[in-house]
Amino acid sequence: MEKKYWKSLEEQANLPVTNPGQKDVDSSRSLLDLIDEEIDSKPSSRRNFLKFCGFSFATAAIATSCQNPINSAIPYLNKPEEVTPGMANHYASTYFDGQDYNGILVKVRDGRPIKIEGNELSSISKGATSARVQGSVLSLYDDGARIKAPLMGGKATTWNALDAEVSTKLAGAATSGKGIALVTSTIISPSTLSVINDFKVKFPTAKHVTYDAVSSSALLEANNLTFNSQTIPDYHFDKADVIVSFGADFLGTWLMPVEFTRRFAASRKLNAEKRSISQLTVFESGMSLTGANADYRFPIKPSQQANVILSLYNEIAKASGGTTYNAPTSAVNITKLAEKLLAAKGKSIVVCGINDTAIQVVVNAINQMLQNYGSTIDFSASLNIRKGIDQEMATFVKELNEGKTGVVIFYNVNPVYNYTDSKLLIEGLKKADISVSLANAKDETSAICTVVAPDHHFLESWNDAEPKEGLFSLQQPTIRNIYWTRQAQDSLLKWSGSTIQYNAYLKQYWQQNFSNKQTEYTSLDFWNYTLQKGVFELPNPVNQPAFINQALANAAQKCGTVVTSETELAFYETIALGNGLHTNNPWMMEMPDPISKVCWDNFAAISPKMAEKLGVVTGDLLKFGNDFELVAFIQPGQADGTISIAYGYGRTKAGKVADGVGVNVFPFMKMEGNNRKESLIVPSVVKTGNKYNLASTQMYHSMEGRDIVRETTLAEWNEKPNAGNEMHEEAEKHNISLYKEIVFDGHHWGMSIDLNACTGCSACVIGCQAENNVPVVGKEQVATTRIMHWIRMDRYYSEDSANPSVYFQPVMCQQCDNAPCENVCPVSATNHSSEGLNQMAYNRCIGTKYCINNCPYKVRRFNWFRYSTNDAFDYNMNSDMGRMVLNPDVTVRERGVVEKCSFCVQRIQEKKLQAKLENRPLADGEIQTACMQACPAGAIIFGDTNDKQGKLMDLFADQRNYNLIEEIHTLPSVGYLTKVRNREKESNKEA
Amino acid sequence: MYKAEVRGPLILGNKDYGQITRDIIAPIDNKTPGWWKVAMAVSITLASIGIFSLYYTVRYGLGTWAVNNSVAWGWEIINFVWWIGIGHAGTAFSIFLLILRQKWRTSINRAAEAMTVFAVMCAAIFPAIHMGRVWLAFYIFPYPNTRGPLWVNFNSPLFWDFIAISAYLLISASFWYFGMVPDFASIRDKAKTKAKKAIYGMLAFGWTGSTKEWLRYEGLSYVLGGIAAVLVVSVHSIVSTDFASSVIPGWHTTLFPPYFVVGAIFSGFAMVMTLMIVIRKYYHLEDYVTDSHLNAIAKILVFISLIMGTAYTTEVFMAWYSGNPYEMFTFFHNRLTGEYSFMFWAMVICNAVIPQVMWSKKVRSNITALFIISLIINLGMWYERFNIVVTSLSKDYLPSSWTSYSPTWVEIGIYIGTIGIFTIGVLFFFRFIPMIAISEVKSVLKPTEISEKH
Repeated sequence: MEKKYWKSLEEQANLPVTNPGQKDVDSSRSLLDLIDEEIDSKPSSRRNFLKFCGFSFATAAIATSCQNPINSAIPYLNKPEEVTPGMANHYASTYFDGQDYNGILVKVRDGRPIKIEGNELSSISKGATSARVQGSVLSLYDDGARIKAPLMGGKATTWNALDAEVSTKLAGAATSGKGIALVTSTIISPSTLSVINDFKVKFPTAKHVTYDAVSSSALLEANNLTFNSQTIPDYHFDKADVIVSFGADFLGTWLMPVEFTRRFAASRKLNAEKRSISQLTVFESGMSLTGANADYRFPIKPSQQANVILSLYNEIAKASGGTTYNAPTSAVNITKLAEKLLAAKGKSIVVCGINDTAIQVVVNAINQMLQNYGSTIDFSASLNIRKGIDQEMATFVKELNEGKTGVVIFYNVNPVYNYTDSKLLIEGLKKADISVSLANAKDETSAICTVVAPDHHFLESWNDAEPKEGLFSLQQPTIRNIYWTRQAQDSLLKWSGSTIQYNAYLKQYWQQNFSNKQTEYTSLDFWNYTLQKGVFELPNPVNQPAFINQALANAAQKCGTVVTSETELAFYETIALGNGLHTNNPWMMEMPDPISKVCWDNFAAISPKMAEKLGVVTGDLLKFGNDFELVAFIQPGQADGTISIAYGYGRTKAGKVADGVGVNVFPFMKMEGNNRKESLIVPSVVKTGNKYNLASTQMYHSMEGRDIVRETTLAEWNEKPNAGNEMHEEAEKHNISLYKEIVFDGHHWGMSIDLNACTGCSACVIGCQAENNVPVVGKEQVATTRIMHWIRMDRYYSEDSANPSVYFQPVMCQQCDNAPCENVCPVSATNHSSEGLNQMAYNRCIGTKYCINNCPYKVRRFNWFRYSTNDAFDYNMNSDMGRMVLNPDVTVRERGVVEKCSFCVQRIQEKKLQAKLENRPLADGEIQTACMQACPAGAIIFGDTNDKQGKLMDLFADQRNYNLIEEIHTLPSVGYLTKVRNREKESNKEA
Repeated sequence: MYKAEVRGPLILGNKDYGQITRDIIAPIDNKTPGWWKVAMAVSITLASIGIFSLYYTVRYGLGTWAVNNSVAWGWEIINFVWWIGIGHAGTAFSIFLLILRQKWRTSINRAAEAMTVFAVMCAAIFPAIHMGRVWLAFYIFPYPNTRGPLWVNFNSPLFWDFIAISAYLLISASFWYFGMVPDFASIRDKAKTKAKKAIYGMLAFGWTGSTKEWLRYEGLSYVLGGIAAVLVVSVHSIVSTDFASSVIPGWHTTLFPPYFVVGAIFSGFAMVMTLMIVIRKYYHLEDYVTDSHLNAIAKILVFISLIMGTAYTTEVFMAWYSGNPYEMFTFFHNRLTGEYSFMFWAMVICNAVIPQVMWSKKVRSNITALFIISLIINLGMWYERFNIVVTSLSKDYLPSSWTSYSPTWVEIGIYIGTIGIFTIGVLFFFRFIPMIAISEVKSVLKPTEISEKH
């Protein structure tokens, strides 16, 4: 017998083993019961064996094959009242980046801000935005560039340590009588200005220097000279019949482009009642967005502007009995323009974007003679958005170098990158005891500051704004600060020794200063009301300062003596990047410039004639003196003898997207008189013989005689409402088919685009990108025609390349009812919905790309690579933080599938459901696609073609309406309205 | 039986039946020649390049190619159509000439059919790899499935393509194989090693050569031939509808089906000629593939070349005559002139001009000249497909989306790879399969020469 081993007495005695802590387990039930309840009672059989096998194989297969990604969805312990998972909340807030103001609504899904829309209650934005505002939400999640903790000497520290250090240095400066400089961008926040004031009270040696990288210094000074008011008036382009711009790109970058675009577009819309439009004449060097929209455009050198303006002044002065001044012959004959302006007295505007006080004084005199002040140009609602005076900054840098300044604090400025003499500034900073940066993301200035006290992103901050006299706007946090940052105002308050938090300070400030200005609400209600609405407007008392003639003679004399040279450089801001603040934003970096269609680079734009002379083609590297090399780009419409280069590139410390892209031209601006000059005489331009590739999204610029953008002149349109669109009728006649017409008896979605209102600003492009999770693909992919944007802003030129007419046309999926893409897909991945939408089932798509080929509009996009979570495409979709911006209502497309515009089907569904829940029919205009919502010109209207009373059908019935390439019977749901220019002939040659 | 006094004998050298069998199976029995090994090494290298390129494509995505959001089809579709075209000849040769009772085909049809099978296999690689998500290629199979069931889009030319190509591959492969059964039996009977006997025995399906078997054999070849004859016309017509049923200028034309079929036969016959000249030379089968065979193929080629020329002219004429500005642009500014004019004129010269020299009997009897012309024709046919696919897509309706296209190394690699795969197939065919249909050739031997020794 075998030897028996035992481990307890019970076991030895064969008694049941008990464990006092263990409850009896029902051992009769086992996993096997899942298969057969009576398995124990049955003998082993083949049947059971097979069941076992089946079960274990299935289990093994499931356990090994389905590797589920681990995603933690943690429910709220206490759910906040206003949060419903899957439903978005919108918070009214304010966008101001030191340059552009926008009243905004922030869409927050599950605690994350994911989209910015314009606030419809703000009289400035009226629900619209610019491309930059649309893109700004992405910078919140810029994991690589945001500063994550306070820094001292480049190393992370604590706020306490930082505060101690800064306070010591501030106290030291105060006692030793050294200066304290607070260098900020233009601040339009009344409460922040009050915080700064408190700071200045605490530290009497403190000075507040306002610095705008691209300033309106001359305009402010000229207004000071001629009106004794250092403010910028508001320009009412909608009230003007004749608009003249001297280098002011008011539709793109000048002052308030969103509001100006809306006003200008309003003056350009036509319908049965409104039968006239304004006339825009532009004098400029490089082709700007405003120039592209002009009825008459004159490419001239920057140095010729003064002359032309003075001649125009003389011409008008002659007619209105003013003093005339000596002027050399103008480069352009402006007699006719002067006549038109005189005929539209009080209904015209002359604007000028040149940073030269003398020129601005003469322009003011012209407007004064034309009686525009008080009618189209309004001082009562003056703009606060540009306050920087160039001389102030120069003085600051000088004092800094003299060692007079002990503490320098930078807030929302990056002068190391964008100040003309940044070398001198860097030298000076070494002499200060401490330099503090309040930047929220890495930049060149914070890189050399000894202390960085990182600010919140604006979507994490409290703030207020007064962009215009009497218009107040509140900013509220829409997410808790992601990183260990502190609001700049809080830092300043802390350093001034105040114990109050900024949000309490803000509330208190509003109660003290604003709630008494209205009578409708109690103090607390007023705060809540404004916070909810985002804006609060007070009527402005009429204020029209009297014109002072004194400075004119001197200014006119200066204008008359400007010398021109053979080659001149002109610097400009691009629509996407502006002064370089947004360069590290991949959406903005990849936004094709509306004019050049180039992205991911800046370039030297030269005229075709000059290119021929220098033997240069696009892609040749040019050397400018000994300063820098930059790639040439032949720009039709560029004034001969001029070269335009964009600001905003050549950054070195901004992050992975911006660094090393292009050339920084800020150091080449020159102080001239009191102003930084944005143009420059270059000693030499030489071709180096090397090549450089630019990524452009459009390689062909002529319509090849095809009626793609249909156009006419105002006079012709007035005679014949279908002028320029005669072929539409012809095409309609041929819209017959052998097949039965498909009837859409519910909704049938459609869109109308007014080519006369569209300025090409491309806000729709970025709005769409933000809404629909459109990936960024990088320069190389853009260069191989693989940009993913669902809307393409097509730009065409006509006539001669020296000064062409320019056309913009936003092209998205045309949602054809007879779609060529649909019948060729072998797996029906793209098909037609019962509401007329051409829809994509990404899951079904196998990527034959046949639909891309067969789309006559080429609006379909293929996922050539995996664009998310792929290190080769290290933009926003490659990090967890960057992906926070993704819209959860829109699928992120995988590699190998085709995608395209869906008419924002998620928005359609949302509003349909809402209407259904509320048991009411959908209202016209209730559904807004992302492009429509972003458009500042109101050029895009979305609607239901089955709603015969709707706005869309009005537009479709307009005789200007046509469909793109309609003759091939694709039956698109997108209609375009012909472009009507206010010209005598179809040419922009004569004024 | 057949008496060929007018045309001269089809088989030279006063062979008897036994001699024919010995001649033709000699390459299978003999030692592997050195040149074969070299050629095989080269082919395997080429194929490896292709396989690596295919791997690279699947691993990283179609972005490794140069195709883009305007020109979404590039070299892969060009090569697909090109290979399919080449794959036309075999069946066309066998079937049309079979139905027309052109007995001279018997020396050539086996090689032509083999070529068809390999070419279609090469062609089939392209539509598959061209899918963005090739792992979901089965979505294109029409079968009741658990996904709904979701059916394919029966309106899509790509689906027709799939059906047409798979049917064509099946029929051509069966036709080729069944034709070889009696020959496999001959090899089996003559085999000296056990392994060979077993393998060829299996391939021969137990063929004994009884009258009944011969009757069924002939019946089957006519049935398969009948089906295949339709497919020869349909497969390339359907491939042409990929283009013809679209709205793209230069594609949208009713000329395409016949134009494609004729073009395919053109390239196929040229490839047959290339191959036969190689076989003749390296396996010394001049007695079977005689000069008059090549002469006959050359005559067909020169005739088809005229049709091609007519088609090219018609296309250009119709572009002008239709008054369609888009067509006008495509033909006159993007083909005859412009960025891709080289491709257009290369196509015209290679396909419509150079083959005309074969009007001369001197050229037709010059083997070197024929060899070169046959290669030129296949090059020209490649240019033709480039013209069709790329030029139309690169500049279609809206100039804003116009772009250019030139391939990346990956695309070139895949093409090279298919050439390698094709030549591997052909080399195996040389080595292990009777290159000439033994049984059929015997039937065209002069009756007076009959010998009982099989």
